[in-house]
Amino acid sequence: MKRLHRFFQTPEAIAGALILALLVAIALAAPLLFPGDPQAIAGPALLPPLQNWSLPLGTDRLGRDVLAELFHGARTSLAVGLAAAAAALLVGAVVGTLAGFAGGLIDEVLMRITDAFQTVPSFLLALAFVSIVGPSLGVVIAAIALGAWTGPARVARAEVLSIRERDYVAGARVIGMHPLEIAFREVLPNALPPVLALSSVIVAAAILTEAALSFLGLGDPNRVTWGGMIAEGRTVLRTAPLLSIVPGIALVLTVLGVYLAGEGVVESTAVRRSLS
Amino acid sequence: MTRALTLLRRRLVGSVFVLLIVVIGSFLLLEAAPGDAVDAYIVSTGGDAGMIELLRHRWGLDQSELTRLANYLWALLHLDLGQSVTFSRPIRDVILERLPSTLILMGSATALSFGLGSALGIYAGARPGSFRDRFLSIGSLALYAVPGFWLGLVLIVVFAVDLRWLPIGGIETVASAKTGVARARDIAAHLVLPVSALGFIYLALYLRMMRAGMAEAWRQDFVLAARARGLPRRRIVLAHVARNALLPLVTMLGLQSAQMLGGSVVIESVFAVPGLGRLAQEAVAGRDTPLLLGIILVSAVLVIVINLLVDLAYAFLDPRVGAGEAVA
Repeated sequence: MKRLHRFFQTPEAIAGALILALLVAIALAAPLLFPGDPQAIAGPALLPPLQNWSLPLGTDRLGRDVLAELFHGARTSLAVGLAAAAAALLVGAVVGTLAGFAGGLIDEVLMRITDAFQTVPSFLLALAFVSIVGPSLGVVIAAIALGAWTGPARVARAEVLSIRERDYVAGARVIGMHPLEIAFREVLPNALPPVLALSSVIVAAAILTEAALSFLGLGDPNRVTWGGMIAEGRTVLRTAPLLSIVPGIALVLTVLGVYLAGEGVVESTAVRRSLS
Repeated sequence: MTRALTLLRRRLVGSVFVLLIVVIGSFLLLEAAPGDAVDAYIVSTGGDAGMIELLRHRWGLDQSELTRLANYLWALLHLDLGQSVTFSRPIRDVILERLPSTLILMGSATALSFGLGSALGIYAGARPGSFRDRFLSIGSLALYAVPGFWLGLVLIVVFAVDLRWLPIGGIETVASAKTGVARARDIAAHLVLPVSALGFIYLALYLRMMRAGMAEAWRQDFVLAARARGLPRRRIVLAHVARNALLPLVTMLGLQSAQMLGGSVVIESVFAVPGLGRLAQEAVAGRDTPLLLGIILVSAVLVIVINLLVDLAYAFLDPRVGAGEAVA
């Protein structure tokens, strides 16, 4: 409770939490408020916003309900953002722990692989991966995670390097625990906090990458995405710029909410640390 | 000078290993792609199916995977990236043709984000905790949350469609036969919007780093000493606080280059800039996997070179670097 209280101390953290709560509510409510296929035709094409109260945000070039698309798009953005970040954090933590704990040749090889992944622009890598394997939700998530695990891996390795010299690790060795068991049951859990501190940045980047991929037509074709909506609206940019602008604002708010909430969490734990 | 040379040699050896991993990785991706070069060739030329076995044999595609990897590496050593299916030309030539636009775009966007970002960062960091500091911190965070391609579209709507101040896309006016200064001005006008879209996003990064570094530096003893000597505040801010916060930004410049290159893929497609990023998109559209992997290899080399240059600049700026290389 105390930590929650501390989290809600800065106005930024409150704003971030509110945005995220609203977003989750939207994502959960989408199938209830807009049952049926959001990609189905709902009215006349290119209906401007605020003209017809059953279609408050109007329709797009094909007569699809923009508000319904927006709601369903929130689901895709959140699902991809969270899943890709979780995968990246998991892979990064495991690779970083192995490299830091094993040391020697294993460390050297794993870190050179990490270097290689950081040398290739992660967006190009995601683009190539999706275009070779074929676009679907799972592939997009994997493609984004492929370029995002290096940061967590480096942080985890650095943390593990300092933890592995501690007494309780030596103790675990003495009682004859298997090195892998020590690495993943004793060291990894203690190395996690700084790795998890990266999660807001990674979720935000994943949401932006997903949007860019679907903007280029590499998203899951069976799902509504905000990036796809922007690309769709681009064809009528001169006559109906709002069709591109509105989903973009949704993206900006989402990512900003993630950043603000993330800063709030980091700040509240930093305060906790400096107090103790 | 020897300091810089040892540094360079150490980094080069590391880079060779990294590049080798990238090459093997892209070879594996190439193998994972459905169909091979012969399939693509037959589809694109509509050639007869009886040729398939012959072509596979002639191009060495019927050999074992290891042999093919060796062949691939051998070709790369000769700077041969293979043949592009969509362009029916050597991939190397296609990429070299597109590289300049991307380099100009990236260079200008980096200069914009670094210059403006660090300047605003100094402005914010001069008085940590003040209203302008908080305002710039939140504002830069909001800017960092903006998708570059969307910012590009908004800029197009405002400045190219509504106000008609700037061209809507491309790198220069087609068939204008402009030369010299007129051509340079034409290209500059075309670059204003894409460079802004790309540069403004990353500005936040430098701003926040500068600000954080300065907030840290204010607490150091040498700043207290400078104050005690009665130096003017302006001088303390610039010569003592900001100067010490600047070095990490230089490192960031190298680390960001891969991000910048990835970002330019989407920006180039929004503004129809005929660069490497747009080429990547064309390769995706044409299912031209070898071309796509060629682009990835070239960008990896580009990122490595940029980071080498940044390391050298760093060694030049900070005399401590390289002196203790044996330890580090």
